[in-house]
Amino acid sequence: MSGFISTTPAQRDAMLSRIGVSTIDQLFEDLPSEHYRPDLDLPAGLSELETWQLLRKLSETNFDLERHPSFLGAGAYRHFVPAAIGHLISRGEFLTSYTPYQPEVSQGTLQAVYEWQSIVCALTGMDISNASVYDAGTGTGEAARMACALTRRRRVLVLDTVNPRYREVLATYASGPDIDVETVSAFTAWPDGTLGRVTDFSSKIDDSVACMIIQQPNFLGWMEQVEGLSEALASVGAILVVIADPVSLGVIRPPGAYGAGIVVGEGKWTGGPVDFGGPLVGMFACRKDFVRQMPGRIVGSTIDGDGRKGYVLTLATREQHIRREKATSNICTAEALIALATTIYFCHLGPVGLREVAEQSIQKAHYLASRISQLPGYTVQSTVPWLYEFPVHCPKPASHVNEALLRAGIIGGYDLGLEDPRLAHSLLLCCTEVTPRSDIDRLVDVLGSL
Amino acid sequence: MTTTEHTESAVHAGAPLRPASGHSIFAGRQEGIPVVFEKSVKGRRAGKLPALDVPTVDLDEIIPAGERRQELPLPELSELDVVRHFTRLSKRNYSIESEFYPLGSCTMKYNPKIDENVAALPGFRNLHPLQPASTVQGALQVIHDIQRQLAEITGLPGVSTQPVAGAHGELTGILMVRAAHLKQGRMRRKVLIPDSAHGTNPATAAMAGYESITIGHDRITGELDFEDFKSKLDDDCAAIMITLPNTLGLFERRIEEICRLAHEVGCFVYCDGANLNALVGQIRPGDLGVDLLHVNLHKTFAVPHGGGGPGGGAICVAAALEPFLPAPLVVQAPDGSFAYDADRPDSIGRVHSYQGNFNAILRSYAYILQLGKEGLGDLGANAVLNANYMRALLADDFSFYVDRICMHEFVLDGRPFKEFGVRTLDIAKRLIDHGYHPPTIYFPLIAPEAIMIEPTETESKETMDAFANALIAVAHEARTTPSVVQNAPHMTPVGRLDEVRAARQPDLRWQAPVS
Repeated sequence: MSGFISTTPAQRDAMLSRIGVSTIDQLFEDLPSEHYRPDLDLPAGLSELETWQLLRKLSETNFDLERHPSFLGAGAYRHFVPAAIGHLISRGEFLTSYTPYQPEVSQGTLQAVYEWQSIVCALTGMDISNASVYDAGTGTGEAARMACALTRRRRVLVLDTVNPRYREVLATYASGPDIDVETVSAFTAWPDGTLGRVTDFSSKIDDSVACMIIQQPNFLGWMEQVEGLSEALASVGAILVVIADPVSLGVIRPPGAYGAGIVVGEGKWTGGPVDFGGPLVGMFACRKDFVRQMPGRIVGSTIDGDGRKGYVLTLATREQHIRREKATSNICTAEALIALATTIYFCHLGPVGLREVAEQSIQKAHYLASRISQLPGYTVQSTVPWLYEFPVHCPKPASHVNEALLRAGIIGGYDLGLEDPRLAHSLLLCCTEVTPRSDIDRLVDVLGSL
Repeated sequence: MTTTEHTESAVHAGAPLRPASGHSIFAGRQEGIPVVFEKSVKGRRAGKLPALDVPTVDLDEIIPAGERRQELPLPELSELDVVRHFTRLSKRNYSIESEFYPLGSCTMKYNPKIDENVAALPGFRNLHPLQPASTVQGALQVIHDIQRQLAEITGLPGVSTQPVAGAHGELTGILMVRAAHLKQGRMRRKVLIPDSAHGTNPATAAMAGYESITIGHDRITGELDFEDFKSKLDDDCAAIMITLPNTLGLFERRIEEICRLAHEVGCFVYCDGANLNALVGQIRPGDLGVDLLHVNLHKTFAVPHGGGGPGGGAICVAAALEPFLPAPLVVQAPDGSFAYDADRPDSIGRVHSYQGNFNAILRSYAYILQLGKEGLGDLGANAVLNANYMRALLADDFSFYVDRICMHEFVLDGRPFKEFGVRTLDIAKRLIDHGYHPPTIYFPLIAPEAIMIEPTETESKETMDAFANALIAVAHEARTTPSVVQNAPHMTPVGRLDEVRAARQPDLRWQAPVS
């Protein structure tokens, strides 16, 4: 017997005889015989040693970012993750446990989710959080659906400064229920290579709008002007949806403080390596009165028959296994282990540590910007407050600049021309606390030599 | 061993001993672990960053005063506090590494350790999802190869690994159905769903803008009611969502006819792959006429469940539906290199921020490589062998919702215990005192008081014998000392929790006590 099966041939025969058949084939008599046991065009199985050697070698063909300078962010950020986190989430009791349907034997996972919900609320300034969604992209789609259900409207506004990948997922999620997604321009590209921020959306906001989706800081790294936005939306019964960055929340005010109704965030980068973009984990928080329309699992605290405190999955009457076609979403299993990693990260860092990560990222990015702005032919395009990511107008197309950087062993920035032809010369550059000054200086040297 | 011997030994055992795993979740009532915020001590911290190596600017010049954060109410802890807290929490969990999960429909199999090492390789973990394709050829090869493997295993040639969970794969698939009909010029309105289906099926249909039409089942065979299906099938049906084997653990013997009739009216056949474990290496859904199927990588291909994710929900489709797959797809160029194909005008678009749960995909890839052709055949064969063996062990003490040879799982009928005042929930909770996570209960909804058991292929005969003994012992207790069963579990850190209170007085987050 191959693979991970422990039944011996003698045991198999004993089991078959207990069942009352003589061959395994007899158990499959319900299957159409002409298709039974197909001849799969797959190779023979590998030993553990061969598997390890093959995949280690394959992994080494990739450009490992721990070994090369990189200034690529654009929604996926490298942060330092203390060793304790990987060790804790590798414990078999967390790694190999099932969704906590039986609370008496799942208090560990349940309490950890309750702590995640508490931390998401603390970071975002919102009333309640769920146990996680798949990622910020699908969270954006779920937020739009939720806002439409709450307002009984079907028009969603999304700023074009929201991560283009989140907007693509939003468009896919909106296609089923026929939600009308309107993209609103939130920046201007001037002919001289500078960019301007648009802050007046009043012409777009009327009583057909379910919600407006913004990202803070936005995809270009800028702070959006949020003052008065939630009030303008509330005056027509619409909801402000904010896609927040958990690291930035160490230093900027939380969306709950400026009237957000729903907050989405990507929790992956604060808990593990970038992992080629998956698994991710979506933070999803909202106002208390929106809870009945919230998608996903929610954990609550309660008591047992003796008054002992414990945790359970709760408010399940929103969910697919109870409500079926009337459920708020079809989501069930999400990203519990990644949420756990992020929970532990925030407990490890605490308020001081998180502020430090945010501040160091900001200082390094501003140092890079100040160096680049001295290079002839390069213009830093951020003219409004920004944090740790910024667009640079280059003397050549950004794609050419990136290719030259790669030849020098550097992963450059994100080529904004891929998103907008007006930005073909714009490179989006990012620094975090893990970016050493030596890498920054080297990037500047190479850029200056192009 | 005969069943009589099983029953007697279980009875003589009397009150269950603490299970052999020695796990503290079976050590009786315990004090609660304080919420992590309650451990916070002002001024305490874990770790530090290196000193900043660049000249600094005053943060007030960067962030306008009104936008600065004033309070950040996170806990303040040492690293030891953190490690101890979460280690203690972990000890309040049941897990596959120390115990057996007989959870029907969940396929809780063993997750090989080598897969963890592969998933931890720095050359896979430290990759930015937007790096140039030329710098991530190894990662793209993994995605490309598993697409081919899944296509071969399912008989469906078009594969995307972007969906990250089963329900996510379902949504992807049904949106593809929608796109295909729109391309033909007419949106259809209905999706047919058997009454035995997972709740995600109707929820998915609703998310994709469809009305769900329920099809009944045949009480004797446990299969879909064929006449009901025929009467409800028309050219306004976009798809039928069918689970194979169905949620009673039975193969739908008329599946090829169902596919043929559906296709005659342009209706697609979506197969919920939740139960694919029974079929791997035995039959390919694509060969039967199925048009779309999602693969729960975490079930069938052994990604650890993580307490509720991450998993994977790869979608596999027939050739006619390939143009509608999520974009981008990973493809191989004529020169052998791997690339993203984003130029897919009929694609439903993106369903995930990047390429899906890559780190989970890696584990499944390593798993499939190790099993190979022969191992995949053994997988399905032993999943079905184990389920039927377990079924045979329980046959004298329990009745079945449908009494016939099953596939990878089967459903016990809990109703006979009602006369002793014992419900399925009570039996489930009492099993915990015997050291076992309960089977799936009250599902499928069509089987009243259902107890659904799936051993998976990785469990041994000894484990199944011991579990069957425990379940038979609980059945005996239900008949003789029902109060012990009704008040179970007795051995866990907490007793049965008040779920009504949890829902009526929601306490969903920690809040600082008001001083």
